[in-house]
Amino acid sequence: MAFEYAPAPESRSIVNIKPSYGLFINGTFVDAKSGFKTVNPATEEVLAEVAEASKADVDNAVKAARAAFPKWTKVGGRERAKYLFRIARIIQERSRELAVLESLDNGKPIRESRDVDVPLVAAHFFYYAGWADKLSYAGFGPNPKPLGVAAQVIPWNFPLLMLAWKIAPALACGNTVVLKPAETTPLTALLFAEICQQAELPAGVVNIVTGAGPTGAALVEHPDVDKVAFTGSTEVGRIIAKAVAGTRKKVTLELGGKAANIIFDDAALDQAVEGIVNGIFFNQGHVCCAGSRLLVQESVYDEVLTRLKRRMSTLRLGDPLDKNTDIGAINSAEQLARIKELSQVGEREGAQAWSPPCELPRNGFWFAPTIFTGVSQAHRIAREEIFGPVLSILTFRTPAEAVEKANNTPYGLSAGVWSEKGSRILAIADQLRAGVVWANTFNKFDPTSPFGGYKESGYGREGGRHGLEAYLATR
Amino acid sequence: MKAKTSLDVAGSNEELKRFLHGLPGVDQVGAEARAAVLGTRSIKTTAKAWAIDLAIRMVDLTTLEGADTPGKVKALCAKARQPDPSDPSCPRVAAVCVYPSMVPTAAEAVRGSGIHVASVATAFPSGQAPMAVKLYDTSAAVAAGADEIDMVINRGAFLAGNYLEVYEEIVAVKEACGSAHLKVILETGELVTYDNVRRASWLAMLAGGDFIKTSTGKVAPAATLPVTLIMLEAVRDFRQETGRQVGVKPAGGIRTSKDAIKYLVTVNETCGEDWLDPDWFRFGASTLLNDLLMQRSKLKTGHYAGPDYFTLD
Repeated sequence: MAFEYAPAPESRSIVNIKPSYGLFINGTFVDAKSGFKTVNPATEEVLAEVAEASKADVDNAVKAARAAFPKWTKVGGRERAKYLFRIARIIQERSRELAVLESLDNGKPIRESRDVDVPLVAAHFFYYAGWADKLSYAGFGPNPKPLGVAAQVIPWNFPLLMLAWKIAPALACGNTVVLKPAETTPLTALLFAEICQQAELPAGVVNIVTGAGPTGAALVEHPDVDKVAFTGSTEVGRIIAKAVAGTRKKVTLELGGKAANIIFDDAALDQAVEGIVNGIFFNQGHVCCAGSRLLVQESVYDEVLTRLKRRMSTLRLGDPLDKNTDIGAINSAEQLARIKELSQVGEREGAQAWSPPCELPRNGFWFAPTIFTGVSQAHRIAREEIFGPVLSILTFRTPAEAVEKANNTPYGLSAGVWSEKGSRILAIADQLRAGVVWANTFNKFDPTSPFGGYKESGYGREGGRHGLEAYLATR
Repeated sequence: MKAKTSLDVAGSNEELKRFLHGLPGVDQVGAEARAAVLGTRSIKTTAKAWAIDLAIRMVDLTTLEGADTPGKVKALCAKARQPDPSDPSCPRVAAVCVYPSMVPTAAEAVRGSGIHVASVATAFPSGQAPMAVKLYDTSAAVAAGADEIDMVINRGAFLAGNYLEVYEEIVAVKEACGSAHLKVILETGELVTYDNVRRASWLAMLAGGDFIKTSTGKVAPAATLPVTLIMLEAVRDFRQETGRQVGVKPAGGIRTSKDAIKYLVTVNETCGEDWLDPDWFRFGASTLLNDLLMQRSKLKTGHYAGPDYFTLD
């Protein structure tokens, strides 16, 4: 007799999605000349029509942010903290609404938007609210000054969380912002705009312009922007770095990754398997710091593989709003095509794909959780970021080989080490060229902890005290 | 799974220690995080009804008090046979669990019902008695009609690293059980670490235990979800290794249907459906049953009945 879990969908009635949304400029929603549709990737249902900001709209938004800047700086840290605390509390009060909307627009399981994304969003605002009146003690000199207007461009994988990572420190430091959410996931940013209104945040402090690449380009290239913060692909990061080179704009980039997750033979194997699953299948693998390259010590390879396959067979793929769903929808048709293409490349190059028995829904964008065995460093699936639920498994024999292979990538965002031996963890972590190294865990985030990359994974840090530096004129 | 010969690792205390200490460690944070995620599964409607009926069938309805009398035990047995007098479709529980002195009364009261009689033995709950007393305790309970024996391990010997002593006690008690099933109580609240829980689980299985059980219910903490998860992983891995299937019984502190369902989810996603059966998974509980009955009637009727609609046991 099998234990079949009945459907347990979270109700979407808590969210009131409007048929169309304007741009949030200077505290109000304004119309734009053209628009685009945002869909639910799990069903391809059109959720809303969203304004597409033109160059002139972006200019208006930057002007509004510029106009609001002097006063927002002058009110002082204690006053700014009040607003940030207020926003954090409203996020908590409206957490279910935000979680449902995030899952609808992004495709991620409600379990994650409810238990990970939204609580972290609130925590980020609480954390930086606490810094706002203590900037003189942050180690960046006495009374450090804000930069001015921040242009922020964020990706679709954690729409609201990336917004929080960008907006909370910027506002705490006294900057005003113009933020562009990703074109496939604009809705929670627009709900956040409503939250800014509800919190009575002064007009112009936060502006949200929706649109695609050209809108983003107009924003980062705008001459009256003092700071550019971008999270997304390394490819776009390069374009942005070139665009701002030679200007006064300060830049932080948080880009791609191909993280090594290293399992030593003395690891706590059951928990390591959980870590592997969490490392690559969390958020459908749409995670820049995903543990997409598994490095397993050869002496435990068979055992790890057996346990991993058994565990993967219990993963539940389907309706993102079902509270028992572990793996939701791929965010867009475009991303699905890229995942499929790289998986095919993997098979052509001689690696063996395996997925648990898993029925994919007919509509929407779906990809079964997949592992590739027989992968070597020379394979493209071991080098390129797939940004999907696809794990490449490699082996190593000695700690030195593990470190060498882990570092043999142009990226350097994150890494994981699994061992019950504390001295080994410290020694290996010390040699890994990655901005974040997780020991006996993976994909753990906290507002107090700085996050950012080495090498082509970008520069600058977000989160923690380090995250303030990106938004202050330090001296 | 492939049936293999049983592991032969108990030649000496040193050999046994090397084996137990060679098992993969347990990361406490990771194990607790996994249990917490399993606890967020949302079991509704048909799945909930199925799980509640299964949980009722898995209950070892227990009374282990100094104040137990034949009258109390008879009442418990009547409840075990017919948990909900207003609903004949309600399944009966798996077993009643009593002290050895109450076994004759219990055996008489459940005769013909298919309900097992479990008895705690081996100087329950402390286990601090001479070996001869523990063995006599066991054989007397079996002779009086118990077909399941819940023994306690020698925690003092375990914590002192005298694994062979613990092992040999279990082997001897198993022999004294004859054809009765042996549940080995690890008393995880006194073992404290998950590494110890994993080692004790393997030790009990190697020594021939048919079930491994978390607690006596007399020590806090009793059953917890992470401890049960570790034990489920142990029985899963043990079957993979030896071909022999061993049952798991969390006991103590499980009082609500919601909790019971979390355990069933954990069984389902750790060991799979082979263990979703009263032969392989039990709840040691007294107050749990009435909450299961209350939730069962709520699902059927759409409203909650007051506690007076459910019988005392």
